[in-house]
Amino acid sequence: MNAAPREIPKPVGLLAELTHRCPLGCPYCSNPLALEPRANELDTEAWLEVFSQAAALGVLHVHLSGGEPAARSDLAQIVAHCANVGLYTNLITSGIGLTEARIQDLAVLGLDHVQLSIQDTDESSADRIAGYEGAFTRKLEVARWVTDAGLPLTLNAVIHRANISRASAMVRLAVELGARRVEIAHAQYYGWGILNRDALMPSAEEAEAAIAEVEALRAETKNVLVIDHVIPDYHARYPKACMGGWGKRGLNITPSGRALPCHAAETIPGLEFWNVADHSLAEIWESSPAFNAFRGFDWMREPCRSCERKTIDYGGCRCQALALAGDAREADPVCHLSPHHAAVAEQAALSARGAETNPHPAYAYRRMRQHAEAE
Amino acid sequence: MSVDEADAGACRPRLPRGVRLKHDETRGEWLLLAPERVIKADAIAVEILKRCDGIATFDAIVDDLAAAFSADRGQVASDVRALLDELAAKRMMDL
Repeated sequence: MNAAPREIPKPVGLLAELTHRCPLGCPYCSNPLALEPRANELDTEAWLEVFSQAAALGVLHVHLSGGEPAARSDLAQIVAHCANVGLYTNLITSGIGLTEARIQDLAVLGLDHVQLSIQDTDESSADRIAGYEGAFTRKLEVARWVTDAGLPLTLNAVIHRANISRASAMVRLAVELGARRVEIAHAQYYGWGILNRDALMPSAEEAEAAIAEVEALRAETKNVLVIDHVIPDYHARYPKACMGGWGKRGLNITPSGRALPCHAAETIPGLEFWNVADHSLAEIWESSPAFNAFRGFDWMREPCRSCERKTIDYGGCRCQALALAGDAREADPVCHLSPHHAAVAEQAALSARGAETNPHPAYAYRRMRQHAEAE
Repeated sequence: MSVDEADAGACRPRLPRGVRLKHDETRGEWLLLAPERVIKADAIAVEILKRCDGIATFDAIVDDLAAAFSADRGQVASDVRALLDELAAKRMMDL
């Protein structure tokens, strides 16, 4: 399991979950169910050291995320430091907590890019999904402040049952708001997403229609908007190359400093994660057990081990293999070659059944304390 | 918009904010960085991109490159046009 990999490429991206605090309660949040309280968060100095080490290690893009990164009062200091050490600095934000003055300040300090989430194009639906009244209106304001400050804007929309009929409207909204890029990302089912799967999953027909509409907008928006389209993998034939390969391209740092190969890695039992308080980022990247657990191909079982696509998709997503096949070493069951594949399709159909009967399902909103039962 | 649509002679290409040409010391190579994108820039691309400052026109960039590398102007123009059009379509170049 810990056999030294031949050659470990340098990490390209680092996602810094500066905090898990967030005013929104989106039911598909990629944060873990057990959110970190404020008291556990790394302090400013510790984060700055992480970013210095990241730049030296070869990280190119740093994504300041959360939770809501604007909840950190030292955000400006962090952005300035990332810019100083040469990192391409991307702010991933809900917009809530940002002011026009704060955004202008970040632009001056060297922020490279802002990715703003949007929950829907319909105001009441958007606020309902976010679990926060007034969020939608505020986000439109934030988008304007971002472009007024000269910063490039990406709009990010997670697509699920409640907004899937407006997936293409999100693309048009992105154009209206002056975004140069839009992410239309169908919900992925980990953590809060899997908890809310029955409320989030659209029917296969809805998903196909939305995908086709968005794809059709590529020609119309050519040279205006880049569309990054993350299509749902529950209905796919082959799995996604999750994270571009485990421990190959990027790492996540949690608010308390644990280094993870991906968002959901902590759901996999038996992995040992190292903390930036105890180890350098280079040591973690090269030697920590969690990062080496699924590097290369030695860990693979059949059908992956002898599959010619293993260098393309790396067996798919380890966390999904765990969630759907019960073992992180199995092939991602989204793959049609997986013996568990039929169960995935059944699960998708089962979860999507509500699409006909209950278009406005109750959510278990992402909240800081022990998650509440669905209302 | 492509170079031709923008009027090849007069457009002044520039890397927009959020797109950066960077020499990465850790890898020893030139990279073009954009949101969620990293593109390796070869030696020719670097020479072109360094001249895209929003001041020099397309024609001036081509003239400069043709003179600097004693190259055929027509060939240079077609190389520059191809690179700029490709990047513009990715929203990584303003024309």
